[in-house]
Amino acid sequence: MAETLLQIEGLTKRFGGVVPADAISLDIAPGEVHAIIGPNGAGKTTLIGLLSGELAPQQGRIRFDGEDITRLPVYRRSQLGLARSFQITSLFRGFTALDNVALAVQAHRGHSFRFWRDARGEDELRKPALAALTRVGLAERAGMRIERLSHGELRQLEIAMALSAQPRLLLLDEPMAGLGPEESAQMVLMLRQLKGSTTILLIEHDMEAVFALADRLTVLVYGRIIASGDPETIRADAGVRQAYLGEKDGAGQGGRHG
Amino acid sequence: MTASAHPSLDARPESLLAPRTVLTGALLAVLALLPLYAMLSGNSFALTLFTRVLILAIGAVSLNLIMGYGGMVSFGHAAYLGIGGYAVGILAKEGVGSGLVQWPVAIAVSALYALVVGALSLRTRGVYFIMITLAFAQMIYYVAIGLDRYGGDDGLTIYRRSQFGGVIDLNNKTLFYYLCFALLLASIYLVARIVNSRFGLVIQGARSNDRRMRAIGFPTFRYKLVCFVIAGALCGLAGALLANQTNFISPALMHWTRSGDLIVMAVLGGLGSLFGPLIGAVAFLLLEEGLSRVTEYPDLILGPILLLVAIYVHGGIDGLLAGRRNG
Repeated sequence: MAETLLQIEGLTKRFGGVVPADAISLDIAPGEVHAIIGPNGAGKTTLIGLLSGELAPQQGRIRFDGEDITRLPVYRRSQLGLARSFQITSLFRGFTALDNVALAVQAHRGHSFRFWRDARGEDELRKPALAALTRVGLAERAGMRIERLSHGELRQLEIAMALSAQPRLLLLDEPMAGLGPEESAQMVLMLRQLKGSTTILLIEHDMEAVFALADRLTVLVYGRIIASGDPETIRADAGVRQAYLGEKDGAGQGGRHG
Repeated sequence: MTASAHPSLDARPESLLAPRTVLTGALLAVLALLPLYAMLSGNSFALTLFTRVLILAIGAVSLNLIMGYGGMVSFGHAAYLGIGGYAVGILAKEGVGSGLVQWPVAIAVSALYALVVGALSLRTRGVYFIMITLAFAQMIYYVAIGLDRYGGDDGLTIYRRSQFGGVIDLNNKTLFYYLCFALLLASIYLVARIVNSRFGLVIQGARSNDRRMRAIGFPTFRYKLVCFVIAGALCGLAGALLANQTNFISPALMHWTRSGDLIVMAVLGGLGSLFGPLIGAVAFLLLEEGLSRVTEYPDLILGPILLLVAIYVHGGIDGLLAGRRNG
């Protein structure tokens, strides 16, 4: 494995006059939990879009484990081991929790041009899926259709799906979005267990969670990186305090800003 | 609500005594015994009508695969009926009478057409997808009108039904009926296997959330395309059967209203339900037949009925039997 797992070089994305990603360069080492924070409109979601492949940059390069993935489509990046969760819960309605995760497992078990055998009876898919559900504490909900799960459980299911692919890099887009204090604490606990075994790029508004989890932080304002470093450095950075942390004090503790 | 429109996704098996199971079983029993009734009562029209029901049900089963399970609303599905029918008609006129040639050709050409239409239309979504499938079907419709050698606008009479080396005589109405019945059951079984396979789960996942499917690593386009081709091939077979039943083909076979009829059958019976298309085909064609006897404008009554089903009964008749209502 390379020294850096993810290498972002001068990544730029413009939408007309708006530049939500302005020459972003960033390295993420294997095993680290790297949080990206920033006020609304800083370009955090755009960055996730660029990394996952849903958006194409005008300039710059993304290397994943040494391989240039800048032009690869979404599904290829996923197959390489780059998994993501969605800010707005994005699952398969009508399926059970286990079905949802099993589908994510299936994506990484060769092609799916298999037309005859009952996929719900395949241990190769069901066992790892159940293991991922167990890991996030949802094993008892396995057979339940997801319409019956609570919001918090759906957020956990999101993570289980991303995990089931045994990704080398996990992009988490606001995993705490919409969670109550108790559920947030649970989520932090769960993500903490992943530390070390999975490299995580975390986008999050909940500062408490960010400082509890991140090894390094990058602060994004108007598409530019204004600071990057370990939590202590960022906490002490005057520019950051002014641009973001100060603003947050006014907005209230752990507030959720869309 | 969205989910309840697709009852088959429910993992739990149903009781054998559920009204849905009982009524589906009863319908199959009636269909199985219909030739007997026709023979005893001398009512050969019933046999003709129901042969047609079974054939169009195969078309609706095919449409249900892509529309009900795959979320691909094809508004040009009658094109496959036409292509299948014309394959039989043209080959018959050119002296190739063997069903062992005609039918595979009907299926293969339909599949090829589906490949072309799918490759272009599946790059779009929603209403654009619907319009492209419709546009292609209209194109094929006008191509058929232009085929002067094969009757053009007036159509083409088929003087000999497909030959199967004397083993199966399609002129035997009862035999032909049972052949259609067997092929319908086989196609329902095929769809049942497909939708529960890995492939089928990918298709249903793409209907539910295409973006997420790509994010977890599925190149959804190629799966949807293959599904589209399978459905096209199956409906092409229905077209070959239809040409044999009516001994006649014409562009009217693939008029856009025919595509609409197939959609109505699939929706009426219940999208994403295995037996829904059959139930829908029976209900639609019997209603059409019955209403056309009592009124000159059957659509005037048929229309509101469909509207009520669409508004109040998600999951069609099959959904109603399974005890699901909208809201």
